[in-house]
Amino acid sequence: MDFLRPASWEEALAAKAEHPTAVPIAGGTDVMVEINFDHRRPEYLLDLNRIGELSEWEVGQENVRLGASVPYSRIMEHLRTELPGLALASHTVASPQIRNRGGVGGNLGTASPAGDAHPALLAAGAEVEAESVRGTRMIPIDAFYTGVKRNALAPDELIRAVHIKKADGPQQFSKVGTRNAMVIAVCAFGLALHPGTRTVRTGIGSAAPTPVRAREAEEFLSAALEEGGFWDSRAIITPSVAKQFAALAAGACNPIDDVRGTASYRRHAVGIMARRTLGWTWESYRGNGRSTEGAA
Amino acid sequence: MGVTGNPTSINQGTRTKGGIGESTLRPDGILKVTGEFAYSSDMWHEDMLWGHTLRSTVAHAEIVSIDTSEALATSGVYAVLTYDDLPSTVKNYGLEIQDTPVLAHGKVRHHGEPVALVAADHPETARRAAAKIRIDYRELPVITDEASATAPDAILVHEGRDDHHAGHVPHPNIVHRQPIVRGDADAAAARADVVVSGEYVFGMQDQAFLGPESGLAVPAEDGGVDLYVATQWLHSDLRQIAPVLGLPEDKVRMTLSGVGGAFGGREDLSMQIHACLLALRTGKPVKIVYNRFESFFGHVHRHPAKLWYEHGATRDGKLTHMKCRIVLDGGAYASASPAVVGNASSLSVGPYVIDDVDIEAVALYTNNPPCGAMRGFGAVQACFAYEAQMDRLAAELGMDPVEFRQLNAMEQGTLLPTGQVVDSPAPVAELLRRVKARPLPPERQWEVAGEQADVRALPGGLSNTTHGEGVVRGIGYAVGLKNVGFSEGFDDYSTARVRMEVIAGEPVATVHTAMAEVGQGGVTVHAQIARTELGVAQVTIHPADTRVGSAGSTSASRQTYVTGGAVKHSCEAVREKVLEMGRRKFGTYHPAWATAELLLEGGKVVTDGGEVLADLVDVLEDEAVDIELEWRHRPTEAFDLRTGQGNGHVQYSFAAHRAVVEVDTELGLVKVIELACAQDVGKALNPLSVVGQIQGGTIQGMGIAVMEEIVVDPRTAKVRNPSFTDYLLPTILDTPTIPVDVLELADEHAPYGLRGVGEAPTLSSTPAVLAAIRNATGLELNRTPVRPEHLTGT
Repeated sequence: MDFLRPASWEEALAAKAEHPTAVPIAGGTDVMVEINFDHRRPEYLLDLNRIGELSEWEVGQENVRLGASVPYSRIMEHLRTELPGLALASHTVASPQIRNRGGVGGNLGTASPAGDAHPALLAAGAEVEAESVRGTRMIPIDAFYTGVKRNALAPDELIRAVHIKKADGPQQFSKVGTRNAMVIAVCAFGLALHPGTRTVRTGIGSAAPTPVRAREAEEFLSAALEEGGFWDSRAIITPSVAKQFAALAAGACNPIDDVRGTASYRRHAVGIMARRTLGWTWESYRGNGRSTEGAA
Repeated sequence: MGVTGNPTSINQGTRTKGGIGESTLRPDGILKVTGEFAYSSDMWHEDMLWGHTLRSTVAHAEIVSIDTSEALATSGVYAVLTYDDLPSTVKNYGLEIQDTPVLAHGKVRHHGEPVALVAADHPETARRAAAKIRIDYRELPVITDEASATAPDAILVHEGRDDHHAGHVPHPNIVHRQPIVRGDADAAAARADVVVSGEYVFGMQDQAFLGPESGLAVPAEDGGVDLYVATQWLHSDLRQIAPVLGLPEDKVRMTLSGVGGAFGGREDLSMQIHACLLALRTGKPVKIVYNRFESFFGHVHRHPAKLWYEHGATRDGKLTHMKCRIVLDGGAYASASPAVVGNASSLSVGPYVIDDVDIEAVALYTNNPPCGAMRGFGAVQACFAYEAQMDRLAAELGMDPVEFRQLNAMEQGTLLPTGQVVDSPAPVAELLRRVKARPLPPERQWEVAGEQADVRALPGGLSNTTHGEGVVRGIGYAVGLKNVGFSEGFDDYSTARVRMEVIAGEPVATVHTAMAEVGQGGVTVHAQIARTELGVAQVTIHPADTRVGSAGSTSASRQTYVTGGAVKHSCEAVREKVLEMGRRKFGTYHPAWATAELLLEGGKVVTDGGEVLADLVDVLEDEAVDIELEWRHRPTEAFDLRTGQGNGHVQYSFAAHRAVVEVDTELGLVKVIELACAQDVGKALNPLSVVGQIQGGTIQGMGIAVMEEIVVDPRTAKVRNPSFTDYLLPTILDTPTIPVDVLELADEHAPYGLRGVGEAPTLSSTPAVLAAIRNATGLELNRTPVRPEHLTGT
């Protein structure tokens, strides 16, 4: 195995162009596990740790440009206001040690349906900044996940950053695991209210071959909120609406039975999480937020 | 949040600083916490090779052929060994039945069975070379449960059995069967006003010690080998290793190296023989370290079990009878299965008075992973089932579950189903009273200022699944019965060598035993005993090795009792010798030398009134007193193979728990808020260690209640989750507050009156948590661990 250590982004792109099979490594929290378990033996590892800009972020008018290697612990500390859903998701990633190393770029690169960041990115709305020696392109998050552990990157492309829409309303993230910390998702759910556009977006993790949005649930809820005048009245949402939203979210799942849980449990749990996260975000929108994560 | 709780009723002390009864700190504690402690996996030797084990990828198959040529031709490879390379006529090993091949011969019987060994100059080279070994398997149907094991056409997991259990078992795929019959259960059942029966399933738990199997074998010039290894019983290893190497036992010298936990999982051999074989073949030191994945295949697990119980009681709440049948899955090799059967059957009644019983326990041979010793050893599975039964009976009778248990609780003098009388304190009712009397954690304890929810105090924890929605509290109680020490007539002795001499003007004691320190705290306790008995401040604990006699196993909650007893015994002999020397030198100076009871305290010989007669420095001068003695507890008897009668156990221990849980009834997630424990320890030699043992056992018991389980595919008998990604251990956020109430009711038969501590809390913790979850949900829950699917019906 060759270990490539580019000193700059340009060198990294050149190396990736020369060795398209090279596996990029930043925090190493995913890649090293795969290597240690002998699940893969890449010919080349492309170490991105010398490229400082990947660990930086910029808060713009509309978006946060989040460097691919910004560790989860930084997102939790510094971007809670702008990216509340992603900050909540970051807090559920593994242990503090892993959160200090791992970042969203790795989650996207691996594209596992169980990656914790995906539901939050889907719900917030995001674009992946992919670059190669051929140039830069922005891949909408909805088009990024193409299959189980497959993504839309070309072999010569690297993820430089993720552009995530700044929250214009409450966001929530919820994940089921059979342990109270340090657990891989049995399934997960992200929800973002977008009062600016009077829409809602969702993200489901670990309940389909790829991370997915519950589009029917989103459309149903957006319409119900619009038709009921809820955005303006900020009234309590009718229980039947929440129930239908939950049922549609559960219906968007296409899960499997595995050692972590059954398909029917996953469907059931996504429905529960959809109903609860809707309750929390809506209460927050009404001005009555009452949850806390506790200290990191 | 977090662990709290200090012993509240410790009352026996000592006059020597750092003696028994004091909470002395572990010498290895800070080193372990700061990462500086040298574990067996940290060892290094110049010119060392790395060993690697090739394991079967299927659970049951004939080996048609093995081709090692490509592996042998790999650069950097020094040796590739298979069954054909074994040097001795002895090719099997085993704790009780020698049924386990050092390397597979003709057949593999479980997923992950060792088939070949490689030694190379780099671990990666060894691993890659092993991957080039070609094995042609012809797969056989897998035996996975009682039905497939005892079917008329069942393949025999072991052909031609000639072990000492073969003659009395009903089928060759049953390792051992132990019935216990006392009174007339059928007749007594007629007196019952209520009868409750149930079938219970206990999942496969792993010891999951954090330091994986590892060791270093160094070939010696005399043709022997020096083996440095993490184990639980050096001499038991030695007895199994030497014959397979074709060496006399004195040519295999073993030294204990840093052990990272054991919990029973190091009673069986893992890499010991393999490393020695490779070292003797190559003439070079060979190190073997399993990774986590391999570790799941490298040691036995806790027996999964199916248990059927029937209990009856009269309207006024008195138990009438009990019938039970316990089927333990021993997997492919016997390991400790026969002894686990003995425990499961003889302790199946629990800490209750029931005169009429009909009990049967069996262990199966299957193609599932081999199972053997784990903390609680057969008593854990039974406790899970009989405690569920107690709650159901109490509910049927409309009685409080604690009062019902107290009404039937055994006490000193109770006759057990084996005919043995419990002849030391058995404060079962009192332990229950104590946990019940504790104040409960506040309702809605997750709410913090301003009505906000702290998700860390809720089911789901940081995963943010509820802020109180769907959460219901439940409370449950359980109490258990565990034996201490090896049972059924086993010669369960220990050996201690104690030396006393003057070094740098100060009297110093050295304690040398072969006791494996696996975290239980024996190193602290031995020094405390030596200080108490010999009145010295300085005690050196010699590294454990086979240059001293056997200490027996660090198992069965026995080491403080048995090796502690041996250290005490040898110290007493050293003391007598020292006093004799004193009398010779100074006897004429003071009449007390001849008449009074003399003690060693503060480095001096004193009368029991405290008068100083001589300084130990002057008594010893440049002489050393050095004595090695064996020590035995009261002998036990085998259980009769038909009736189960016999004084089979040395001592009993008891713990009770109250569990308080919050259950998210919609998502099926559980947060254990508090697990209060009360336990009688006879005498807490080191109260801090005692509380640590109780808290550790409590958490391990909680693990199998809500998350820990090795999942084996019933179609292939292959392990589905051999990693810490999917074999979940409790984290600190899963760990409840554990207030501990320690009782010290002396057992007059035991050294200092002590009672073994380590296992009893592992028994009652699991059923207490299950009872609390049942209390919250109203569900029957006859299986552990409980998964979200069981709580949500999905």
